[in-house]
Amino acid sequence: MTAVTASTLADPHHHLAAQIRWRRIEVVFWLSTLLPFVLAPDYLVLASQIAVTALFALSLDLILGYAGIISLGHAAFFGFGAYTAGLIAKWGWGEPITGLAIAGVAAGLLGYLMSFIIARFRHLALIMITLGFGLLLLEAANSASWLTGGADGLQGVHMWPLLGMFKFDLWGVTAYWYALIVLFLLFLVARRLTNSPFGLSLRGIRENAVRMRAIGAESRPHIRKIYTISAVMAGVAGAVLTQTTETVSLGVLDFQRSADILVILILGGAGRLYGGLVGAIIYLIARDQFSGINPQYWYFPIGVLLIIVVLFLPNGILGGLAQLINSERGRRWFGWLTGPLRRERKS
Amino acid sequence: MITSAFGVLFDGFAYGMLLFLLSVGLSVTLGMMNFVNLAHCTFGMIGGYVTVTLINSFGWPFLATLPVAFLAAAAFSIVCERTMFRRLYRSTDLDQCLLTIGLVFVSIASTAYVYGTIQQPVQLPDYLRGSVHMAGVTFGVYRIFLIVFALVVTAALVAMLEYTRFGAQVRAAVDNQRMARGLGINVDRSFAITFALGGGLAGLGGALAIDIVGLDPSFALAYLVYVLIVVSVGGLGSIGGTFAAAMLLGISDMAGKYYFPAIGSFLIYLVMISLLMWRPAGLFGKRV
Amino acid sequence: MPRIMTGLACLAATLLAATSAHAQGTVKVGAILSYSGQFADTGIQIDNGIKLYMKQHGDTVAGKKIEIVRKDNAGIAPDVAKRLAQESIVRDKVDILAGFDLTPNAMAAADVSVQAKKFMVNMNAATSIVITKSPYMVRTSFTVPMVNEALGTWAYKTGSRRAYTLVSDFAPGHDGEQAFQRAFKEAGGEIVGSARYPTSNIDFTAFIQRAKDANPDVIYIWTPGGTQPAAIGKSIAERGIDKNKIRIVGQGELTFEEALKGMGDAGLGIITAFHYDYNHPSPTNKAFVEAYNAEFKRNPDMFSVGGYDGMHVIYEALKKTNGNTDAQALINAAKGLKWESPRGPMSIDPETRDVVETVYIRKVEKVNGQLVNVEIDKIENQKDPLNARAKK
Repeated sequence: MTAVTASTLADPHHHLAAQIRWRRIEVVFWLSTLLPFVLAPDYLVLASQIAVTALFALSLDLILGYAGIISLGHAAFFGFGAYTAGLIAKWGWGEPITGLAIAGVAAGLLGYLMSFIIARFRHLALIMITLGFGLLLLEAANSASWLTGGADGLQGVHMWPLLGMFKFDLWGVTAYWYALIVLFLLFLVARRLTNSPFGLSLRGIRENAVRMRAIGAESRPHIRKIYTISAVMAGVAGAVLTQTTETVSLGVLDFQRSADILVILILGGAGRLYGGLVGAIIYLIARDQFSGINPQYWYFPIGVLLIIVVLFLPNGILGGLAQLINSERGRRWFGWLTGPLRRERKS
Repeated sequence: MITSAFGVLFDGFAYGMLLFLLSVGLSVTLGMMNFVNLAHCTFGMIGGYVTVTLINSFGWPFLATLPVAFLAAAAFSIVCERTMFRRLYRSTDLDQCLLTIGLVFVSIASTAYVYGTIQQPVQLPDYLRGSVHMAGVTFGVYRIFLIVFALVVTAALVAMLEYTRFGAQVRAAVDNQRMARGLGINVDRSFAITFALGGGLAGLGGALAIDIVGLDPSFALAYLVYVLIVVSVGGLGSIGGTFAAAMLLGISDMAGKYYFPAIGSFLIYLVMISLLMWRPAGLFGKRV
Repeated sequence: MPRIMTGLACLAATLLAATSAHAQGTVKVGAILSYSGQFADTGIQIDNGIKLYMKQHGDTVAGKKIEIVRKDNAGIAPDVAKRLAQESIVRDKVDILAGFDLTPNAMAAADVSVQAKKFMVNMNAATSIVITKSPYMVRTSFTVPMVNEALGTWAYKTGSRRAYTLVSDFAPGHDGEQAFQRAFKEAGGEIVGSARYPTSNIDFTAFIQRAKDANPDVIYIWTPGGTQPAAIGKSIAERGIDKNKIRIVGQGELTFEEALKGMGDAGLGIITAFHYDYNHPSPTNKAFVEAYNAEFKRNPDMFSVGGYDGMHVIYEALKKTNGNTDAQALINAAKGLKWESPRGPMSIDPETRDVVETVYIRKVEKVNGQLVNVEIDKIENQKDPLNARAKK
């Protein structure tokens, strides 16, 4: 999560090995995700939706933060996974985990197909193609109302109890456990992926795709790979949403959702894995609180925040925090938190 | 059937002209400075609301409000450019997208606060309402007005670009900014003026659009998608390209809804994606 | 130190007592409506109806204070509706679910009503099937088949023979299409064509042109309201449709007040069927309209009256159960309620828990320089025909 500097060039393996070690602050973060069970049992449904959004943001981070692909239509995969999971349940197979897997694979297939197109374009053309694709899928879902239920949403999604024992209840206890565990497992995957040579090559592509080709690293296969993986993750996130709420409607595919997740990622800070998670927590909690006060004008503070972040905090909240922590003072005060979990054994 | 096809074509043409007015500013500014201004339709929305306020609260006649809509939107765009946008000329596409999306959100919430979320009605003067019959086809009077007006504006734009010194400077800056600067052309000033012009035209488009597509706070976002499609398909910096793309979009949207109502809206995105895949720089664009 | 502890303990105890006493004496009603977005006006009008009723009848019933907890659904979003319903019950501890301006939202929330066993008052969503989704639901608005079958029969009776139908592409629109077509055909008419437009459609020229090309003598249009009626009216005028040759008929939303303002004279002569208009000439309605205008500076519409009567049902049911908010008790109390509403006489059918009321046929005419819906006919004691047929 630190920048690639000259010293790291000396020994990339050590650099990666250092990166992948768990920091104390990460442990604190993940332990605190268990707090809602105890401190806020009335808010578990919100918590599970935050977990879903965090996973979705993570999937976008993989392509945006690491590979530099701007997508205005990432909700296409989220929604595709959501509807697949919903349809599987509607057609009689209500087992959550297998449904989740199937939805993830389906979204991944779609992502794989799209990746051939995505890898060939840049700048405005790429932005427009991702936007167009997202809108296309939304319109298709709307038109195919015999399949998707159209504007009325999919009816008849009933999930069987998780692992045969835990019903999806009104209070969201099962939902939050489910969403949290899925998020954590996929986070581990993303963490491994980005802190590997593959992850480094992605960052290279983001910085300068042309030069990557010049040093002999083919960028297109990498882009296709990460895009597919991102699609799988987004699809899984959508499926979890469907399964925990037992409902799915066109809102999972619309432009607003793609725009929101972009905002969330940028707020938190792209390219840092945790950025999406932090962004999701802050954004959704703020929206929840704000909607209570003034439902109509929620987008005003979000717009202002976005403008401020772009002008003054270009690396998002985590970026700003990282700068603070990496300064002299910050290192003295917070070094123990950002340090590795176990001290490196001196050999 | 032929006559109704004519009617649909005509309506599509009018709709296309509207899209052209809304999009031409964005195409030129994108082509000149590569600045992705997603708030472009906010300028359009402002023009629309200025018109509505002047008509409903102050009793102005419709035609008189149009120049004010133009000026108000132009002024607003200058303010935005001077305060926020110019800091981001060297930034990434993403940063520009995000800043301008933030502006869109703020504008939607603000107009919802001031005007409410209901549709704004606008009373057109009687001579602009109703329809005329010619050769068995019905033409809406307002749409005829729209087409004529937009064509006049287009002609003026093209004339300015081709025959004035300022236009030559703009064309130079679009073609090769560095070279233009090197030759002593004040690119920043040209850009500021072009930006204002583009914003003003969007405002004009917004005002004219009220009667065709209605006006409410979500206008800034809803029409952004269409404008982006027109701009990317037409090619950045090309007025002719924007014109062609706007026509294509307007007519295929109308025709799609008329002949294939089930997949009408679908068609647009498919057309756009295919066109962009064939020519990523747009039909008449010079670079991506 | 001990004094501080005692002080804190006392404070805690008082607060606890206060909140629990408060909780015992309050009935919370969760109002889930669209306060923003395309259908914001619908939500606001329903909310105004709720507010007016509470203002006129006080906020205490059967010894309990009524508290409204408002949640914004922001348009057609069933997943949001479900979440809001769930949150209202779990977080805000509401006893009664109310509101629901759109069918998809009502259907999603009905699931929660069943799961959590809460009384649900559907103040607007008008598709037949909604009422069957929860045994604890009553409806105080209307149903689409009720109004549109009446219109279909009436259209034939008054001379139309060839109809073209144009509806919005979601459940209520489909309902309207089926209801009108069924009644029109049963009466002996012919359907010469039909189309469904996307729910968020803005420009209707192409659709109206298609309708005109099919050469009907009546065009039936269904729209949920919002921004569409004005656009439809304009398209009708622009396509040069002569309303004396081709009658335009539809459900009431087509000509509600805002729509007429937006349409201008293009709206003259449109015939609609509905259960309420602010011009309804009854003393109860006149008083209602006056009070509404005094409070909100605008006229009420069918949404307002749905909210108003919804609160009436809640109040009357609570009176009967003596403040008991158990869902089964409330639903039993609500069944069979009969009263004079601003819209006319209405009641809650004991078998279906649905609304029974009069359907009015109105025509848009210019009265005192303004466009209004003038009642030209009425059909009384209408129930929802789909559910009635299903029961047989």
